[in-house]
Amino acid sequence: MSVVSLRNIVVLLGQFPALSGATLEVQAGESVLLQGPNGAGKSTLLRLCAGLQRVERGDGSILGHDLHRERRIIRRRVGLVGHRTMLYDDLTTGENLRFWARAVRATPEELDQAIERMQIDRRLMDVPTRQLSAGQRRRTALAVAAARRPELWLLDEPHAGLDQAGRDIVDSLITDATAAGATVLVASHELDRVRPVVDRQVTVAGGLILEGADAV
Amino acid sequence: MLSDVLLIAGKDLRVELRSRIALNQVVPFALLVLVLFGFALDADSSTLATFTPGLYWVAVVLAALLAVHRSVSLEDGDGADEGLLMSGLHPASVFLGKAVALIAELLLLALVLLGGVLILYGAPVDDVTLLLLTTVAAVIGVGAAGTLYGALLSGQRARETILPILLLPVLAPVVIGASRAFGDAMGSVATDGWSWLLSLTGFAMLYLAVGSVAHGALMEEA
Amino acid sequence: MTTTQEVVETGRFDTATGSRTTRMLGWALIVGLIVLLWLAFVATDPDIRIDAASGDEIGQFDAVRLIYVHVPMAIVAYTAFTVTAIGSVMVLLRRSVWWDLVAGASAEIGAVASALTLITGSIWGRPIWNTYWRWDDVRLMTTLVLFMLALGYLAVRRLEGSAESRARRAAIVGILLVINSIIVNRSVEWWASQTLHQQSTITDAAIEDLTLFTFMYAIVFGLAGYVWLLIKGFRVAWLERQNERFGLVEALEQRRAEAERTDAVNAAVDTGTGDQS
Repeated sequence: MSVVSLRNIVVLLGQFPALSGATLEVQAGESVLLQGPNGAGKSTLLRLCAGLQRVERGDGSILGHDLHRERRIIRRRVGLVGHRTMLYDDLTTGENLRFWARAVRATPEELDQAIERMQIDRRLMDVPTRQLSAGQRRRTALAVAAARRPELWLLDEPHAGLDQAGRDIVDSLITDATAAGATVLVASHELDRVRPVVDRQVTVAGGLILEGADAV
Repeated sequence: MLSDVLLIAGKDLRVELRSRIALNQVVPFALLVLVLFGFALDADSSTLATFTPGLYWVAVVLAALLAVHRSVSLEDGDGADEGLLMSGLHPASVFLGKAVALIAELLLLALVLLGGVLILYGAPVDDVTLLLLTTVAAVIGVGAAGTLYGALLSGQRARETILPILLLPVLAPVVIGASRAFGDAMGSVATDGWSWLLSLTGFAMLYLAVGSVAHGALMEEA
Repeated sequence: MTTTQEVVETGRFDTATGSRTTRMLGWALIVGLIVLLWLAFVATDPDIRIDAASGDEIGQFDAVRLIYVHVPMAIVAYTAFTVTAIGSVMVLLRRSVWWDLVAGASAEIGAVASALTLITGSIWGRPIWNTYWRWDDVRLMTTLVLFMLALGYLAVRRLEGSAESRARRAAIVGILLVINSIIVNRSVEWWASQTLHQQSTITDAAIEDLTLFTFMYAIVFGLAGYVWLLIKGFRVAWLERQNERFGLVEALEQRRAEAERTDAVNAAVDTGTGDQS
């Protein structure tokens, strides 16, 4: 079954065609690295797959749901970790985690496992989120996504700001997710690090997806 | 449904408890407005007592603009609005949750201000029940309409300047109704305050309903 | 073969706001305006009656001529906002772009017409009511608040965001426009429970035939003017909307060309011959 199916998708940001005719097929259980220069359209592509971008032209479906009509359903089934962590600065780490876990319908056990998984220091639970470092914020955001156990992971530069241990966790997150049958799209500039853990790589450039010779 | 409403309301109130914006900034602002009215009206206590209902509700509505703004802006800090969009929460639950939190804050504000006008303006009170029920009904109306129009402007940079143009005409009937009911409760206007209370309740119900329905369309795309 | 969309996106489309019909309507309106001015200022008499008891001259004198502007403007304003509300419902029900543009164009006319209603009403009120403004008049207050609500609606139409999200936000405000003005109307009526407005001017037998005809003619003229402005306003809005997609084809080509450059660089890097910068 194809989890991501995009055909000639055009997405406009204002008047700017961030995606100019992207076509991509990703099968269930596959992990795909998106690489390409800044401004190539990687983040827009991930947001599109998360159901957060309106499709101007072209057709597509995510997890079998139409990208024009069923974005509401798509948004509830994917796990997006992007540049924005979606955390409330005024709440503590623990409060943020508990709030979002309940909002995404994760059980307290699932949240506990996710916290364990991301190796978040329990002493940080009572620290206001605004005092966290960028890496700690990212771990928290990843934990929220992990608690949700998404069928499709959408990771936008997940290593950014993380220390060595954190990067290793992200790598194992990708392999474990695909091993469990989930699908992963990961945009990254850390090609040497990510290439070994993904099934294949595609190049995003000029709002298009260039496949073929780049396969790992 | 109800637990989701409480989840959102609890989150907003907890953020408020930590940041203390409403308590430390909005309430003092509203009290300052009351003091300014006193200066502008020449410290003539009989004038102030006569116009207490109107002055009070103008102060509440002005302060509510700030509270609404705060309620919206705490969502777009680090993309939390998109997080809500991607969560399993129903848009109506999000609307009602945010409305409940805003109403709770406004209720606190209204009660502090009520103490303010009773002390500063020396307004007499004939009917405490009517006074309190009017405050509750009007504040629910202001909170519901404020949450709806605030959601309309989520993610907009020009929010601070557009919100007053949008919200103040909508709240005009609340100012009319609540001032009249207060006038009756304070004995300064011969009118049937209880029927005004009824219409204020109608306004509140209407906006809670419209907001719950409309919020889905508003959350769709920022 | 070129589709309509391609014609638009490559910029080859008709940029005029008029058509044969609107031009004919426009000329008819100019002639109609001359006739209206003649009827209002020359043909009809000022409102002067003799008070039976005292024998004094009473009535509105020349001020009555303002009615020929005031009432049509009020009718146009309320018609325009009704159209806006209907359009808003259609936007939410059918995601109709056409109705969104109609609703917006209609609200613009409604805002101007309600402002003119208030201004002409104030000028008329000064000699007749002896005051520019009455706070306790239901229709005055309703029109004023409606005007302010319309300004808010027009502000929402200019928010940031995609055309669809703006249309949806505007549609919600557009529907609330009507709900809110009904609430205002009810509460002011209850609050003031009086109006200075004449209730039955039209059926009043005292009005002369020619005055009545001029009055009705002015209303028809006002509505015809509304239709003309609505067509023009819709067309301008439609062109603006097309302009947002103006040259999309070229923008897409430019964007895709970036991909070829990146591809070339990648190929060079992979074979180890390229610049490693």
